[in-house]
Amino acid sequence: MTIARTTAFAFTLAAALVAAPLTAAAADAVPTEKDPVAAERAVRLGEKLRCLVCQNQTIGDSNAELAVDLRRQVREQIAAGKSDAEIVDYMVTRYGDFVLYQPPVKGTTLLLWGGPALLLLLGAFAMWRIVRGRRRTVEPPPLTPEERARAARLLGEPTGKNQ
Amino acid sequence: MNKKLFIPLAVFAVLVGFLFVGLFLNPREVPSPLIGKPAPAFSLNQLHKPDRTLATADMKGQVWLLNVWASWCVSCREEHPLLVELARAKLVPIVGLNYKDEPAAGIKWLSQFGDPYDLSIVDRDGRVGIDFGVYGVPETFVIDKQGTIRYKQIGPVTVEALEKKIIPLVRELQKS
Repeated sequence: MTIARTTAFAFTLAAALVAAPLTAAAADAVPTEKDPVAAERAVRLGEKLRCLVCQNQTIGDSNAELAVDLRRQVREQIAAGKSDAEIVDYMVTRYGDFVLYQPPVKGTTLLLWGGPALLLLLGAFAMWRIVRGRRRTVEPPPLTPEERARAARLLGEPTGKNQ
Repeated sequence: MNKKLFIPLAVFAVLVGFLFVGLFLNPREVPSPLIGKPAPAFSLNQLHKPDRTLATADMKGQVWLLNVWASWCVSCREEHPLLVELARAKLVPIVGLNYKDEPAAGIKWLSQFGDPYDLSIVDRDGRVGIDFGVYGVPETFVIDKQGTIRYKQIGPVTVEALEKKIIPLVRELQKS
């Protein structure tokens, strides 16, 4: 009796442990799994939106509570017939442009977008200046006869041979 | 002396300047787009009297603080004594938003650490939190008489934030 009960308990526990992760995943996916188009949209939107808790992950990648909630929000809005732009807008009004994984091009992000090009231009300009400057460098002045004689002496050539 | 020799030094100095300023910036603090905007409308059940609700509109006409907290949140415990002290000063009503928490755990937490809130409301599934752009508990909002969000403290309230920003702002808003 006791052994039977213990075994039954062990089985129930094992079953619960096996089932637990599955139910969690299923609960997360319920609203869209029937509609593959909506599911695909939810995934695509999830890749565009940043999780604010783990800032270098999208809400699609992250398992933070907030990311789970935001995914739920995205799915609910898709189910409610909202367009992608409307859903992105919903997130931006609450969390700002930062929620977009790809920041929009506008006044405040101009340096962010244009910075690399600006640095490239600056580098090209500096290189052009240096190269041009080098070409213009004057040839060293020719040696005077005395210097030439001294050089020849130092090199061990008979003096006057070159002159 | 050749002036060109100073160019690398100047570039280095600018770089050091940027990095130095960067040392004191907090990348986790994302400026909220909700500042200067009306506080999102909500109507939530109260923590201690679940049959009664509180709506954004109920707070119109007074300056108030909305503190988002949870019993599972570690830094909430850190800021809590400050909030209790602020409540004791009776400067401004504080509404506590119990965020994604078990109400029973929330009530127990408040009886254990002190209850600074004039009213506590329950956001069980975090939807109102999302409307407020909450991403890191605790967060504290200063809301003016017209119901406009004027300031948001991300992370625990500190003595410095209270003295330099929140209390002066509350006083100024109360005058207008």
